[in-house]
Amino acid sequence: MSTTPLPEHPDHLWRNPEPRSSYDVVIVGGGGHGLATAYYLAKVHGITNVAVLEKGWLAGGNMARNTTIIRSNYLWDESAGIYEHALKLWEGLPEELDYDFLFSQRGVLNLAHTLQDVREGVRRVGANKLNGVDAEWLDPQQVAEVCPILNVSTDTRYPVLGGTYQPRAGIAKHDHVAWALARRADEMGVDIIQHCEVTGFVKDGDRVVGVETTRGRINAGRVGLASSGHSSVLAEKAGFRLPVQSHPLQALVSELHEPVHPTVVMSNHVHVYVSQAHKGELVMGAGVDSYNGYGQRGAFHVIEEQMAAAVELFPVFARAHVLRTWGGIVDVTPDASPIIGTTPVENMYVNCGWGTGGFKATPAAGWTFAHTIATGAPHPLNAPFALDRFVTGALIDEHGAAAVAH
Amino acid sequence: MLRLNCPWCGPRDETEFHYGGQAHVPFPADPHALDDRQWAEYVFYRDNPKGPFAERWMHATGCRRWFNAVRDTATYQVLATYRLDEPRPDVLSEGGNR
Repeated sequence: MSTTPLPEHPDHLWRNPEPRSSYDVVIVGGGGHGLATAYYLAKVHGITNVAVLEKGWLAGGNMARNTTIIRSNYLWDESAGIYEHALKLWEGLPEELDYDFLFSQRGVLNLAHTLQDVREGVRRVGANKLNGVDAEWLDPQQVAEVCPILNVSTDTRYPVLGGTYQPRAGIAKHDHVAWALARRADEMGVDIIQHCEVTGFVKDGDRVVGVETTRGRINAGRVGLASSGHSSVLAEKAGFRLPVQSHPLQALVSELHEPVHPTVVMSNHVHVYVSQAHKGELVMGAGVDSYNGYGQRGAFHVIEEQMAAAVELFPVFARAHVLRTWGGIVDVTPDASPIIGTTPVENMYVNCGWGTGGFKATPAAGWTFAHTIATGAPHPLNAPFALDRFVTGALIDEHGAAAVAH
Repeated sequence: MLRLNCPWCGPRDETEFHYGGQAHVPFPADPHALDDRQWAEYVFYRDNPKGPFAERWMHATGCRRWFNAVRDTATYQVLATYRLDEPRPDVLSEGGNR
């Protein structure tokens, strides 16, 4: 396990420009996905007359609230395509961005506690292998070899019956990822404008031509929505609906501990996922709070259940303390897969519906969304994730691999 | 944690209830008349407002009956609860941390 000191915070990573009156592309949402989109628009497509509008501070939403897990072990071909593309981009990004954001490929275990979990896991490992995604099925003893602090005894409420393992999965420092992308996008000419909330859209017939913001009107050739939890609110202002529901999703950290947890452990069945950050805090996430909510907070009983599951899986954590809990707003789709593509409004594009698992996809979301905005049509990687799949019925059901209970 | 006023049992903690999503979504009156887009709307699309939202809850560890609530999704304030055969009450959010 790495004990490298954290990178020093530089004085300055990007300018804080006043918004100009017009841009070729306006991205709504200055989180990881919005910043990655701006980065690839500039780098791959040469479109640098771009503004990223953020209503709060840069990467202060879900980009700073997730549990930083990166993996690509999804079931269906379409998902393997886009999530594995993300993982391959992750593997090159620290060098490409010249920024060590502590991407650590320490692997991920997805535990099985029931016969159904075992069947689903074995099937998913097979599907992953066929799609070129590294995956193995481990029996309980092999699980214990990967993660010795995990309780794999049979004397528990939900014994570990095995698990899938993806060695190339891992974690990264999420806020540093955002800063790394912001710095490079800024260097290429992208304006990152914080504290600038989009309050409406300017349309000419069915075509969007600008945005109304708390800092005035900004004309835009094209508009990309990358606002996660608030996507429905923005879509409604633009005059169309999205099949997403916004829920609170909570996470927490413990105080700092010596390095004891060598990998990432996720369990669908008992609803917890646990890793240990570089500084030493245990990072844990839960399932979503059941109700719709935009409050960036949830109920404590959800955390209680998550802690009970964590302590059963990791008896060694029984005397650790919760240091801090928080919530984000996740936009969940009916099939637990994202929506990336065109909208009913001409020149407006949407990247949303990543639900509980958007961080891992940050580079591929940006890469495919930039392609979609630049060319006006989806890349083959995101074409299956179009909004119209809810009409055609070509759903991409990833509830099994999404690993967070919705 | 929310406290919801079950119309039959009175105020109880959120942990006694099961959430049911948007209220007042009727099954299509003439299902055969719907095209694919209209079916998609019925099956997959639900309102997702930031603010007052009429939604279903079920008192799972109590009377096990469904009822409706109007709750502000930004403040989590429960503005009203009412029986399924009652219309949505006309309640306004008191504001708060939106």
